[in-house]
Amino acid sequence: MLPRTSAGPAEIDDRWRAVQDTMRRNGFRGDALIETLHTVQNVYGYLEEDALIRVADALNVARSRVHGVATFYHFFHLKPNGKHVCTVCTGTACHIQGGQALLDHVADRHKLMPGETAAARDLTLLTVRCIGACALAPVVTVDGDILGHASAHALDGRLDEVIAT
Amino acid sequence: MTSEELHQVAERKREQNAWLTAEARVCTGTGCLSMRSDQLATALQQALEASGKADRCRVKRVGCIGLCAAGPLVSIAPDGTLYQKVQPGDAPPIAASLGEHPVERLRLPPDLPFFARQQRIVLSHCGAIDPADVRDYIAAGGYSALARALTQMTPAEVIKEVADSGLRGRGGAGYPTGLKWTTVAKAGNNARYVICNGDEGDPGAFMDRSIMEGDPHRIIEGMIIGGYAVGARKGYIYVRAECPLPIERLSRALREARRMRLLGSGIFDTAFDFDVEVRVGAGAYVCGEETALIASIEGGRGTPRPRPPYPADYGLWGQPTLINNVETFANIPPIIEQGGAWYAAFGTSGSPGTKVFSLAGQVRNTGLIEVPMGTTLREIIFDIGGGMLEGRSFKAVQTGGPSGGCIPAEHLDTPVEYERLHALGSIVGSGGMIVMDDTTCMVDAARFFMEFCKDESCGKCIPCRVGTTQMHELLTRFVERTAEPRDLQLLEELCDVTRHTSLCGLGQAAPNPVLSTLRYFREEYTERMAVAEAAPA
Repeated sequence: MLPRTSAGPAEIDDRWRAVQDTMRRNGFRGDALIETLHTVQNVYGYLEEDALIRVADALNVARSRVHGVATFYHFFHLKPNGKHVCTVCTGTACHIQGGQALLDHVADRHKLMPGETAAARDLTLLTVRCIGACALAPVVTVDGDILGHASAHALDGRLDEVIAT
Repeated sequence: MTSEELHQVAERKREQNAWLTAEARVCTGTGCLSMRSDQLATALQQALEASGKADRCRVKRVGCIGLCAAGPLVSIAPDGTLYQKVQPGDAPPIAASLGEHPVERLRLPPDLPFFARQQRIVLSHCGAIDPADVRDYIAAGGYSALARALTQMTPAEVIKEVADSGLRGRGGAGYPTGLKWTTVAKAGNNARYVICNGDEGDPGAFMDRSIMEGDPHRIIEGMIIGGYAVGARKGYIYVRAECPLPIERLSRALREARRMRLLGSGIFDTAFDFDVEVRVGAGAYVCGEETALIASIEGGRGTPRPRPPYPADYGLWGQPTLINNVETFANIPPIIEQGGAWYAAFGTSGSPGTKVFSLAGQVRNTGLIEVPMGTTLREIIFDIGGGMLEGRSFKAVQTGGPSGGCIPAEHLDTPVEYERLHALGSIVGSGGMIVMDDTTCMVDAARFFMEFCKDESCGKCIPCRVGTTQMHELLTRFVERTAEPRDLQLLEELCDVTRHTSLCGLGQAAPNPVLSTLRYFREEYTERMAVAEAAPA
């Protein structure tokens, strides 16, 4: 029997309380896993390993299963993002309106591959397959704000503005 | 809440509106919202107050008006004036113009084919009501179909009306909705569930999200009627995590509906109880497939299951489950209100009713439209869509997302209906339509879709997991001009294998873009081969 490396006596902080609230609202049932992981990501900023272990214990779900679910879905990330997030849409409409060129431009300028974070500038570059604003292609979001009909110039301006703050 | 009380709520709301001489409706769908239409609405309200007209005019935030290319959009009721590309600085002249002459420089021509040629049944409230106000929905006739169903019809009569309408599933498969409801209703004596599939993952499609943002109560009402018809007590709406606005509007709408006793126990003072919960996805295209979606609601990885058994017999937690698309449910209240025969009079005999399409790509009027089934591609792209962008010529239209195909110019006069598009090697799908011009490389487009399928494959079955990877590798050789004739042969073989042996629709349909581009644009493949293809023997 493998030793159960517990996360230790749970430090009751506000973040963990929020996660417990979600689990309680769903009766601590196993099917609450995805809802719970959303809360973990919202409050911790990412799926922190410690939190995942505690969730597995609380929901009485195998840790391997929690890990399997956490790594299956694109929306969940197991590493923290930078302070600012630039997401380039790579959906069909955006692709034919030059989305790839935009992605290459940002990657080049900030020396980042999609999925990476530049520690110096605290910027993460991500891609997403269609956020549903196709009539405004090509679309980029910066810290959650949508920039439609995005041009390299406008995007540079927005990123510089946001990073400077 | 009884039917009489519903009627009173509607009456009271209409009376409150009686003092209005003009209303400025500001589009707050995702597209216009990203262009700061919320600030515009605030600026308009302030301008109204400054001009002293706030006692007889008001600003209302509404859902998607449709012509996204011309946003931010403001429509004026009751006269129907439509303003385009409105900025907060335009607020004072618009406020001054209410009840008087329109602001000509902002005005769109009154009889634009984009609007005149549409038939808005599903979208009838989008752009007219405030999605955050249930009373607005009720004043427009909302929840009266539910009242009628619960107090004057039996579940069997409800199902008959849906069957008579000929409505086919609007998520893409086109399965007869009435037949699905009948099957679930007949399935044993177990607990039953209703699921609304709001996991609109096709890149290029934004119909469902616009309905969820612009008229959330319509979907809720459709689900409750569905629950009554099949004998369910609980419903779930599964929404993509990447769409915060639909999640917010639906959650709010559910709270309002509960407060008004339109959800919960004893709806309309009958013995019928029903409640709905929102379940958020986590970024997996495969969860649009019904069994994968169910696996996700159950808290697991979104991997599909073999069918049969279908969800109608063995669905959520092993119970009979009715699962339909957002647009399908949105069609239910008008069908119950006006009758199945009324609905069947629209469209064609094989594909009755209307369909919502999202028009994107290199066409002028990108946006959201609803037309009767049977409207031709040419009408949609060139009349309603306004034709190609300046200086571009039409090459193909991609329908049905990554499961669909590209249709070239020679077939533009094809009526859009399930069987006709299928015969052309494409599908109606969920309604995404992407117009491609002469600068688009079709091999690149095929590879783009295959890359998508490869990334989104859940990994459970070999034909899809390995097939999409190998087909992507082969397509890359064509893009890089290093392919040989045997690569073409292998590609076609793999398409066949993946199509016929994959576990679910994702793998089965992944070859479609390749097959359709090979059918109509084969020369783009052969000219990219390092060695010329041998002439057929």
